[in-house]
Amino acid sequence: MTLVLLAISIVVASAVYLSLSRDLFRVVAGLTLLGAATNLIVFAAGRFASQAPPLLASVEDAPAAAASNPLVQALVLTAIVISFALLCFSLVLGARLRKATGNDDVRQLHAAEPLAGKSQKPPELED
Amino acid sequence: MLAASPVLVPLITAVLAVLLHRQPRAQQAVSIAGAGLLLICALALVGDIGADGAVSVAMGSWPLPFAIELVADRLSIIMVLVTAVLGLGVLVYQLGSPEALTASDMMHPLIHGLLAAVCGTVLTADLFNLYVWFELMLITVLGLLVVHDSLRNLEAAFKYFALNLLGTLLFLAAVAMLYGATGQLNFSALGEASQRAELQGAIPVYIAMLFTAFLLKAAAFPLYFWLPASYHSLPAPLLALIGGLITKVGIYVMLRLSGEVFIDQPMVFYQALGWIAVVTMVSGVLGAAYHWDLRRILAFHIISQIGYLLLAVALATPAGGAAGLFFMVHNILAKATLFLIAGMMWRAAGHYDLRRIGGLYPARPLLALLFLVAAFSLVGVPPSSGFWGKFLLVQESFVQERYAWGGFALGVGVLTLYSMVKIWLEGFWKPHPQGQTIAMNSPGSNTAYLVVLVLAALLVAMGIYPEPLIQYANEATRVFWAGGAQ
Repeated sequence: MTLVLLAISIVVASAVYLSLSRDLFRVVAGLTLLGAATNLIVFAAGRFASQAPPLLASVEDAPAAAASNPLVQALVLTAIVISFALLCFSLVLGARLRKATGNDDVRQLHAAEPLAGKSQKPPELED
Repeated sequence: MLAASPVLVPLITAVLAVLLHRQPRAQQAVSIAGAGLLLICALALVGDIGADGAVSVAMGSWPLPFAIELVADRLSIIMVLVTAVLGLGVLVYQLGSPEALTASDMMHPLIHGLLAAVCGTVLTADLFNLYVWFELMLITVLGLLVVHDSLRNLEAAFKYFALNLLGTLLFLAAVAMLYGATGQLNFSALGEASQRAELQGAIPVYIAMLFTAFLLKAAAFPLYFWLPASYHSLPAPLLALIGGLITKVGIYVMLRLSGEVFIDQPMVFYQALGWIAVVTMVSGVLGAAYHWDLRRILAFHIISQIGYLLLAVALATPAGGAAGLFFMVHNILAKATLFLIAGMMWRAAGHYDLRRIGGLYPARPLLALLFLVAAFSLVGVPPSSGFWGKFLLVQESFVQERYAWGGFALGVGVLTLYSMVKIWLEGFWKPHPQGQTIAMNSPGSNTAYLVVLVLAALLVAMGIYPEPLIQYANEATRVFWAGGAQ
């Protein structure tokens, strides 16, 4: 358990480091890693120790107490599928953004928002 | 099965709309028929709940609390009804606009995906299922943001994605921890399990995590930066749908979870929510005062109104919840009406920036009148629907001796009036800056007028005859915070 905890915290730390970067694709990678860490947390919410399969004989109506928890496995599978879809979307989005702006510096992304520090009052006319 | 229909109908419509993506006319027809069917289902549900006040369905005939349960009670049905009205309204509004048919062929499927996600979020009684609906909402909004793929849209979508994903992951982590502590995901089982004495130390921490995620989704004070970064890049009709619904769904979930599931939280929790609500109100309305772009002004007003709704959650009484529900219905309709009117102003005058348009009053007197109805409603001038919403909220804060919260709620109304007057003076009253006159009639905008007229009529009706809805809201939140037991 401690080992898992340690693993989760290392992944979260690297995810935060990457997400705070200025490089577009590092941000995407960081958010994906954060998703992976969250999936680990979901997985850790079930029983960890057991490797016994949660299979039922036809006469039983509950698995043995030592069996691993099948629900968290189902939940984490759902979460993985969703985060994979989001990863694909964000990669395409990042690629399109890079193509449109010509660089991958997130600080250059201010077409939708006026730059802070440029003290314009009232705000710039929009087209 | 009727309780699941508000989810199934839009999902099936979305699939049909994807299949018809090569025939825009047929796709539009199917899309509007689907939205109409959703409205019929919602109305049937309102008629169906009758005496016991709720119908529920457990998926896959699993026994509770293992099955994913969808519950249609008074609180969720009114949200489904408003969602259906708004969905149909936005689709009919676009019928007359020439861009609608040339827009991306994925717009209709995405709109229906969004409707399904919103209905699923309000109907579900399962915490993990709630997460799945929130994810569906996120991905459909992202899709709608990039329907027009200009640089602005891509950028807005990226910012929306990065910040909202953080909220979603925090939400998922909180769900996992709550499940790990209680072993339950179903709302009623979770409520019971969280009362266990040995969990009293840990549960408030998990709840705080969960609510931080919802505060981000609802665009509350320090976490709203995704909203002004992205909303203004959307075309007005889509903005009406997204801006009307998404943030309010976050508030709805907070209302349900804190009212029905995790009812006994420490006092500091509600106090924190209340002050966050106040700061959200003030910062939203001040942000709106700075801007000149119609969409940016209205987007900041979303944040300000979220503050009022959050105040209702913070008051934590059945009466406060009822006030919140009334305000939510009013606010979704008023906000959507204003966005749709902004779209019509753009069509008539050619621009969203107030400094580049003007002279709309002589050219579009009816539009000006409709704007006044919606704007007065948002501000809360009696006897408009907003007046009753704010009256109930402020009354309940004064009853609870939260004078500061009530006072701020009243003061922010004045600043809201300032923004609305700005739109009126700049957009409608002053002559056009380039001296050009706007043509009197524009072809094809009849459906837009029809939709805005119907929505404005609903707002007026809510203002003049609020009693049925107030009673309904009181019924809906009667048992919240264990109010029925006292």
